[in-house]
Amino acid sequence: MKEFPGDTGLILNEPLLWEKGRRGRCGMSLPRRDVQPSPLPDDLIGEVPDLPELSEVEVVRHYTRLSTWNFGVDTGMYPLGSCTMKYNPKTNEKQAALPGFAGAHPFLPARLAQGALTLMYELELLLAEITGMDAVSLQPAAGAQGELTGMLILHAYHRNSGSPRTKIIVPDTAHGTNPASAALCGFYPVNVRSNEQGILAPEAIAAVMDEDVAGIMITNPNTLGLFEENIRQIAEIIHRKGGLVYCDGANMNAVMGTVHSGDSGIDVQHLNLHKTFSTPHGSGGPGSGPVCVRKDLEPFLPVPRVIRQGDEFALSDDFPFSIGKLHAFYGNFGVLVKAYSYILSMGAELKTASSYAVLNANYVKEKLKDVLHLPYDRPCMHECVFSDRFQKEWKVSTLDMVKRLMDYGFHPPTIYFPLVVPGAIMIEPTETESKEDLDLFIDAIRSIVREAESKPELITEAPKRCRVGRMDETEAARHPCLTG
Amino acid sequence: MKEISEVNLPEDIRYNESHEWARLEGDSVRIGISDYAQDSLGDITYVELPQVGDVFHKGEEFGTVESTKAVSELFMPVGGEVTAVNTDLAEAPELINQDPYAAGWLLVVKPEAPEEMESLLKSEAYREMVGGLE
Amino acid sequence: MRYLPHTEEDIEEMLKTVGVANLDDLYAAIPPDCGSKRELRLPPALTEWELDSHMAGLAAKMAASSEYKVFIGAGSYEHYIPESVVQLLARSEFVTAYTPYQPEMSQGTLQAIYEYQTLVARFLGMEAANASMYDGASALAEALLMSIRISRKNTVALARTVHPAYRKVVQTYFSSTNYRVVEVPYLGNGGIDLSVLPAQGDLAAVAVQSPNFFGCVEDLKRIGEAAHEAGALLVVCFSEPLAYGLLKNPGSQGADIVCGEGQSFGIPQSFGGPGLGMFASNMKFVRNMPGRLVGLSKDRNARRGFVLTLATREQHIRREKATSNICTNGSLCALAAAMYLASAGGTGLRELAELNHDKSEYLKFELTRAGVNLPFSAPTFNEFVAEFPAGFASTHERLVKKKIVAGLPLAAFYPELENHYLLCVTETRSKTDMDLLVREVRP
Repeated sequence: MKEFPGDTGLILNEPLLWEKGRRGRCGMSLPRRDVQPSPLPDDLIGEVPDLPELSEVEVVRHYTRLSTWNFGVDTGMYPLGSCTMKYNPKTNEKQAALPGFAGAHPFLPARLAQGALTLMYELELLLAEITGMDAVSLQPAAGAQGELTGMLILHAYHRNSGSPRTKIIVPDTAHGTNPASAALCGFYPVNVRSNEQGILAPEAIAAVMDEDVAGIMITNPNTLGLFEENIRQIAEIIHRKGGLVYCDGANMNAVMGTVHSGDSGIDVQHLNLHKTFSTPHGSGGPGSGPVCVRKDLEPFLPVPRVIRQGDEFALSDDFPFSIGKLHAFYGNFGVLVKAYSYILSMGAELKTASSYAVLNANYVKEKLKDVLHLPYDRPCMHECVFSDRFQKEWKVSTLDMVKRLMDYGFHPPTIYFPLVVPGAIMIEPTETESKEDLDLFIDAIRSIVREAESKPELITEAPKRCRVGRMDETEAARHPCLTG
Repeated sequence: MKEISEVNLPEDIRYNESHEWARLEGDSVRIGISDYAQDSLGDITYVELPQVGDVFHKGEEFGTVESTKAVSELFMPVGGEVTAVNTDLAEAPELINQDPYAAGWLLVVKPEAPEEMESLLKSEAYREMVGGLE
Repeated sequence: MRYLPHTEEDIEEMLKTVGVANLDDLYAAIPPDCGSKRELRLPPALTEWELDSHMAGLAAKMAASSEYKVFIGAGSYEHYIPESVVQLLARSEFVTAYTPYQPEMSQGTLQAIYEYQTLVARFLGMEAANASMYDGASALAEALLMSIRISRKNTVALARTVHPAYRKVVQTYFSSTNYRVVEVPYLGNGGIDLSVLPAQGDLAAVAVQSPNFFGCVEDLKRIGEAAHEAGALLVVCFSEPLAYGLLKNPGSQGADIVCGEGQSFGIPQSFGGPGLGMFASNMKFVRNMPGRLVGLSKDRNARRGFVLTLATREQHIRREKATSNICTNGSLCALAAAMYLASAGGTGLRELAELNHDKSEYLKFELTRAGVNLPFSAPTFNEFVAEFPAGFASTHERLVKKKIVAGLPLAAFYPELENHYLLCVTETRSKTDMDLLVREVRP
């Protein structure tokens, strides 16, 4: 049998930046001075910044060592549900770093920025094609900002039609950013429960839909990994009372080339380029959250927009119904380059990628459902959700089990989300994991389940092979120390 | 997490369905959260409490209690004006975990309608209610 | 396709385990009327080599900065980035890692961001900085929302000399609320006109940018006093943080919340994004702060480590009552900034800031000598406004053909400033570059 990725090895120590270095050191080549000093009046000048002084070697060793304490997709499997931790292609990084792109000022005259403007215009068309929507804005800097953009579009649409509305329907399986974005926009979230099959029932929506509801925020496939089969009826119920359907596209990786958002009844949708479109997560960001809309909502999109003028492209603010601006410039262009490169590299294979993602999730589900409790035993999309119900008798929780998974060399899946499944374990393998790696992951989980019964202390004391063990999060919250 | 039978629910006080307790002390009412609540929340990290002089009706939200992973709203078991707030909790929120019915008290109020105490649950009834939640 | 490892054999075995005949059957639950009625119409997949060629072609249609001399700042600054920072930032344990919710496997990220928070807090003179926002514009919008939450008042005063795009973003964030923005005009010297404040009623905050969009350094101490006297918080934003390598930091001048754009610190301009939203305040307001926070802690063996903390402010716990909806932020950009600041050090940063300032002063001096009017007398850092004669637009265009971009025309943002241009000089512009510019524009 193959070995698990997790083993023991040399773990390096590394102090904080200000615990090393010495006054007088510098890690940067300071540019040559070719002008005379021109001092400011004394009363404007501040103290020399209180920053540590290190040599280049010290800085390089510092961050090299810190990086060895991390686990990335390049290190191993990262099955975080709803995060789509797929492989981040290296060629994408190269394209974003091209000096023509990386060194470009956003206020260059349009004539000097045709490469970037062409890329943005084409990316909008590609994303419109992939989602089946009509118009796109690349401006939002992340999924949550895309959601806010969507909410602002709903708000503007209703205000414009003379019927401002105050409420928005949010399913109990929604990601926390959904109600938070709605609230930022001044909407009051109306909670609605999923049914026993784990999806939304039209009757439940009809019960809360009225002329004060701006619309619904739906994630499809939802965070249980299930396709919202009733989406068209739900859309009709919303539309009949003048509302709009917003789709959180975080789970788009399941359905590229298979589902047409426009036909499903969706009016506004955001995408996460750092999920579905392979741009790296960067330890927490930056991402990008483009928003796609149906034709009649196009006038509300943020400005500026990329427009075509003959053979050339330019930026235009001339959209009087636009909701305004969310980003200082045009969005996270450096991230857009990576998503564009990915789409051009995959072409129609995007559909294949989605089907492999769904295959992988179903495979893992079938191979683990005898050892982990599966609350919804039906075909899933690109992710599956288990719970820790079977392990309760040995007093082993979801948290304990995933901490032990680290010792085997895997990043934990998403835990305790969605909230509708107590002790939830949400596994999204993505399409870039091979069958061998999936089998190793499955074996690791099965081994942990056996340990839960026979040697629970291995689990409750895990992880043992990381730089640190379980941290005291209580003390960190009671007496926060945020600077050193 | 404790078994329902292990949860401490003194019989000389009353409880409401949102897990606060109320104890009549002369013509004041002292308020806190139950042993079941503190056990469910886990290590308490922060409490947001109102100021002396604030007035709330029965059932109104008067603050929040936080652990590292959750936030719970606090609801008045009886209405009244706040006459004392447990300032020890700012430095030591763990008092609520350690001693929810004494050192971990939250507020003292002058009740606007002392008969509201009667509609609260007695220890036995509250224990039955939380048993049904599991 | 090299990103898709499955062989025909793999697929066959897995389909058998799952119990379906083919891949299409995996989508049986999808109602036909939701389905794509045709194949996706996408260009044929490119090989890596074809992609290189295609992208090189697009990049060639850009004014690459080594050939072009671009004298624009206005929220995006050309600074040298050490190769050591570029290579360290490329380490895939940083690039391909997720948000550090599992601290045992993310101590690299957590310590690096704790260090970032510390360096930013020290640099800005505040007690606590968060783990980043998207950019300076959204950071300002969030700072104003925070001041509204703290004060429970619904009006903010916003200086007209704050970056026009930042003001537009604030307006957008406020557009669906009942909050009001009152605009504060500027004076002839280029600084804010405080005289309008007393008439504004109950303000949650007074927000200024320093150096402001015109490059002018504002008198933060005086503005802070006026704000606090009016019962308002002082919010200071910036788009060029390098200025604080030289100027008194906002914390020392009474700022309650400081926010701005950190792109100058080791992040490529990249046609405007991704950027870095820097955000800092004091501990008494920390529970109202948006964004992630990394805190110091220990594990069960008393080993020092770091964790995300005070998460109950955030959307995944507080949902609609969260301090913000932010989830994915600017983490890798924050890492770049920390690496840059660690490489420069305090003394190095002071030297770099002085160089930026002195070069900009040289250009101001030479332009003045050549007869160009500089309308604002307030001190500047590395940007300033020049008034060129009417019809300068054609000179500007002629210079573009010579690969010089002579500033940003301001008329589109400030209609009263026709023929005014915002010029920026950083350490990347040489004396020779500046002498050439002066020669070309002299009236």
